[in-house]
Amino acid sequence: MLEAILLSIVTASTPLLLAASGELVTERAGVLNLGVEGMMIIGAACGFGGAWLTGSTMVGALCGIAAGMALAALFAAMTIGLAVNQVAAGLALTILGTGLAGLIGLGFVGERITAAPHLAIPGLTDLPMVGKLVFGQDPLVYVSLGLIAAIPFVLARTRAGLVLRAAGDNAAAAHALGYDVAKIRTLAVLFGGGCAGLAGAYLPLAYTPFFAPGMTAGRGWIALALVVFASWRPARLMAGAYLFGAVSILQLHAQAFGIGLPSQLMSALPYLATVIVLVLISRVRRGGSVAPAALGTAFVPDR
Amino acid sequence: MPFRLERRAEPATAMVALSPLIAVALTIVTMAALFAALGKDPLAALQVYFIVPLTDTYSLQEIAVKASPLVMIAVGLSLCYRANVWNIGAEGQLLIGAMAGSWLAVATHGTNTGPWLLPAMLLLGAAAGALYALIPALCKIRFGASEILISLMLVYVAEFALDYLVRGPWRDPAGFNFPTTAEFDAAATMPLLIAGSRLHAGVILGVLLVIGAAVLLGRTLKGFEIRVVGAAPRAAQFAGFDADRLTLTTFAISGALAGLAGIIEVAGPIGHLQPGISPGYGFTAIIVAFLGRLDPLAILAAGLFLALTFIGGEQAQIALKIPQDMAKVIQGVLLFYVLACDSLILYRVRRTAAHRKAA
Amino acid sequence: MHKAMMAAALMLAAGCAGATSAAAQDKPAKLKIGFVYIGSVGDFGWTYQHDQARKAIVKEFGDKVETTFLENVSEGPDAERSIEQLARAGNKLIFTTSFGYMDSTIKVAKKYPDVKFEHVTGYKREPNVATYSGRFYEGRTIQGTIAAKMSKKGVIGYIGSVPVPEVISGINASLLAAQKINPAIKIKIVWVNSWFNPGKEADAAKALLDQGADVIMQNTDSAAAMQIANERGALAFAQDSDMIKFGPKAQLTGTISNWTPYYLARVRAVLDGSWASADTWAGLKDKMILMAPYTNMPEDVKKLAADTEAGITDGSIKPFACPIVDQEGKEVECKGGDHLDDSQVLGMNFYVKGIDDKIPGK
Repeated sequence: MLEAILLSIVTASTPLLLAASGELVTERAGVLNLGVEGMMIIGAACGFGGAWLTGSTMVGALCGIAAGMALAALFAAMTIGLAVNQVAAGLALTILGTGLAGLIGLGFVGERITAAPHLAIPGLTDLPMVGKLVFGQDPLVYVSLGLIAAIPFVLARTRAGLVLRAAGDNAAAAHALGYDVAKIRTLAVLFGGGCAGLAGAYLPLAYTPFFAPGMTAGRGWIALALVVFASWRPARLMAGAYLFGAVSILQLHAQAFGIGLPSQLMSALPYLATVIVLVLISRVRRGGSVAPAALGTAFVPDR
Repeated sequence: MPFRLERRAEPATAMVALSPLIAVALTIVTMAALFAALGKDPLAALQVYFIVPLTDTYSLQEIAVKASPLVMIAVGLSLCYRANVWNIGAEGQLLIGAMAGSWLAVATHGTNTGPWLLPAMLLLGAAAGALYALIPALCKIRFGASEILISLMLVYVAEFALDYLVRGPWRDPAGFNFPTTAEFDAAATMPLLIAGSRLHAGVILGVLLVIGAAVLLGRTLKGFEIRVVGAAPRAAQFAGFDADRLTLTTFAISGALAGLAGIIEVAGPIGHLQPGISPGYGFTAIIVAFLGRLDPLAILAAGLFLALTFIGGEQAQIALKIPQDMAKVIQGVLLFYVLACDSLILYRVRRTAAHRKAA
Repeated sequence: MHKAMMAAALMLAAGCAGATSAAAQDKPAKLKIGFVYIGSVGDFGWTYQHDQARKAIVKEFGDKVETTFLENVSEGPDAERSIEQLARAGNKLIFTTSFGYMDSTIKVAKKYPDVKFEHVTGYKREPNVATYSGRFYEGRTIQGTIAAKMSKKGVIGYIGSVPVPEVISGINASLLAAQKINPAIKIKIVWVNSWFNPGKEADAAKALLDQGADVIMQNTDSAAAMQIANERGALAFAQDSDMIKFGPKAQLTGTISNWTPYYLARVRAVLDGSWASADTWAGLKDKMILMAPYTNMPEDVKKLAADTEAGITDGSIKPFACPIVDQEGKEVECKGGDHLDDSQVLGMNFYVKGIDDKIPGK
C-alpha cells in the first residue's frame, strides 16, 4: 500500500514540479509570469489534441510544449518587448489561455487516448517496493526529475546560468557588462512557457487520459506558490512539489481511513505554509533578499 | 533582438488619445477574424456582442449589475497600483467580506431584526476585507515579503474557509445538505432600485465610490501622496511621505472595497452564501483597473465595457451559438492591446542597427 | 475611452445592422426550447446526457422546435441572468439542469409566467415550474448486488460528490443490497466536494484502491475513476453515461440517466397545450434511468443483476425494504408500509448500519 500511495503522490506532484521548474527559471531571470495556469491549460488542450490526432504521447507532449511557448512568447513580447506591467500581462495570459483552450478543446471533449506508457525494465521494474517507484514511471516523470536536476547545475555552474541570475538580480549591471538582458529574459520566459505547457499536457497524457475544460483546476497557481515556498531554490522546489502532492493525496487517504479532519483545512495548508515560509525567508534574509532582486520589474536600458 | 524599446523624452501626447482607439480597433479586427475562423458571420457576431445589449433596458440593467462589483474592486485596486504596491488578492478579500457580512445574516436568520442589519452587514464585510488585506501589507512592511505572492496565496485560504463554512457550520439545516446557507431574510437583502429587476442599491454605491475615489485622487493631499509615492518614490521620501503607512492605507481601502463588493453580491443578486459566489471578480477587476488605466472614471467605463462582453457573450451564445469561451479570449486580447498601446505612450520602438552589440 | 469604444463599435454596426438583423429573428410557429447546463456538453457525464436528450428532441420534432443551450453556467450570480436571457430570447420551455439553479429558476419563472420551466432534482415548484429527477438509488441497488458478488476483498470504494440526500440514498442503497449477498461487506467513502474534477476523482479512486477496495462506485461525473480502475485491473461502475470506452475491462454496468423519454413527453405536452407543473420522479420502470450492459462478470452474476433489475421494475424488489437500521442501531420508521416512503428517501440524511464513517458536516 505504501508503494501505491507513493506512486499516486509522484503522479500528483509531477505536473506541479514541471510547471514550477519553468517558473523558477523565469523568475530567476527577473520576470514574474502569473500566467502559468493559462499556459498549462492550453498545453493540456494542445497536448491532448496532438496525442489524439497522432496516437503518440511524444507528439502530444511536444504540442503541449509548443503551445505553452507560444503563449509565453506573447507574454515576452509584451513584458520584455513593450515593458508592459507583468502582473497585468500575466493575468491577461491566464484568461486568454483558458478561453483559447476551451475553444480548441471543443473538437475533442469526450474523446479518449491511451495513457502514456510506463517504463518497464525486466527485472528492475519488478523489484519489490522500489521497482515501480524508481523504474516504472511514465517518461514525463523522468523528464521532470531530469529538469530539476539540471536547473541548479546550469544556474550555479554555467555562464548562461550566471548571466541569467544577473539579469534577475541586477538588470542594469548585467546590461552594463554587455549582456543582452532582453534576450536572456525572453529565453527564460520561453523556457517557463514550455515547462508549463508540458505540465499541462501531463494531465491528459498521463493523469486522466481525456481532455476536460478547466482540468488544470488551479495547479498553475499552486506552481507559483511553490516557487516562493522553495525560496527560488531548485532542491527545495522538488521537495516542495512532492510535499504539495503528498498533502493532496494523503487528504483523500485520511478520508477513506475515516479520519474526520475537515478536508478544506488540509487543502488550505500548502497556501498557509507558503505564506509562513515567505515571511520567514524575508525576515531571516532582511537586506539581502532571497527573491531575485529585480523580480517583476521591467528593464528598459536608458541610453 | 532586432527591435529595441527606447524611452521617449516626453510621453507622446498623440498616443495618449489614440492608444485606446487603436486597442479597440485591433480587438475588433481580431474578434472578426476569430468569428470568421469559427465559421460565424463576423459582423453579425460583433453586433450581438456590442450593440444588441445596449438596445434594451434589461441588458443595460444587467450590465450595471455585473459591472458593479468589478468597478468597486478595481477602484480600490487602482489606488494600490498607483502607489506602486500590488494587491492581487482582491478575490480573497471579497470572499472574506462576504463571509463576515453573511455571519450576521446567518446568526439573525428568522429573528425580527431592525433596519440596522443590512448596514451592519456591509460595514462588517468592508472591515473584514480591509483586515484581510492588511495581512499582506503588514508582511510587506514588517518583513519585506512580497505582497503580490502573499495576497495571492490568501485567496485560496479564503476559498477553503468559505467552502468549510457552507458545507459545515453554516449549512442550511432545511437545505438537504446542499452547500449553501439559508436564503437571507428580507432585512438582510439589498433593496432593489426597480422592482422586478436585479438592479440593486449597490450599483449606486459603486458609482458614489468612483466619484469619491476620483476626488480623493485628484483633489486631496492623500491622493497627491499616493501619486507621488507611486511615480517618484525618492521625491516622496524627501517630501516626508511615509511609504509604509501608505501601503497599509491603500491595502486597507482596496480590501474594504473588495469585501464590500463581496457582501453586496451575496446580499444582492445571490441572496445566500454558497461556494462560487464570485466568478473571479477579484481577478477580473485587476483587468478592469488596467483597462481603465488606474483612473477611477475610466475604470467605471472599463467595468461597464467588460460587463458588456459578458452579457454580449451570453447573447451571442444564444443567438449565434458562439462558445462562451470566446468572451474570455476577447477579454485577454483586449487587455493585451490596451497594455501594449499604452506602453507606446512612454516608449518608442526602434530598429537596432544591424544587430550591433548592446552596451 | 469607453465612449471611443462605443463610437467605433457603433460605426461598425451601422453598416451591417440592416444585413444581419434578420439572423436572430425567428418564425413564431417554432417552439423555442432553452437548456442551461452546469458543465460542458462534452463532460461525458451529467451534462452530456442532458444534451443527448436535447438532440433527441431535435431529431423527433425537427422543424417544429429550435433548441439553444448555455453551457458551463456557474451556480452563482450568473445563473439567474443566463436563465432570464433564454426566456427573453423567446424560449418558451426552459430546462435548468442542475440543482443549484433552483432559486434562480423560481425567480425568473415568476417574472415570465408564459414560459414553462423544467428544473432537475429541485423541490420548489410554481404553476410554470415542473421538477423531475431519476430514482438513481434503484440503479445503486443493482450495483451493490453486483459489487458484493464481484469484490474479492469485500471492500467497495465510493467516490462521493456532495452529501445531498440523492447521494446518501445511493450509498445506503448500494450497501443494503450488498449486505444481502455478503453481510460482512465494507464500504469506504471519499468525498471530493465537487461534481466534476477529473484529477481529484482519479486521485480518490487510487486512494480507495490503495486502501483495499477492488470495486469503485462513483457519484461524480467524469470517467477518470473508470480509467484508473481499468488501468489497475479493478472494477467500476459508470455514472450518468456509458463509459465502456474508458473502461473496457473494468466497467460492470452503470446507471445511465436517460432524460430523452421525459424531455420528448414534455415538449409534446407544450406543443399540444397539455403541459402542467408536476413533480416527476421516475426510475427503471419509466426508463428515466437505464442500466448499461452488464459486462466483465460471469453469467450467474449477469443473471442475478438482470433479475434484480426486473424485480425493481415490476416492484417486487424494494431498494429500501423495511426493516432498515441506521448507524446507531436504531430502526428507521417505516412510513411506506413495507418500505421507506418517497419523502424519507428524498430527505435521507443518515447512514445505514455497516457504514463506518459519518456524513460530512453532520
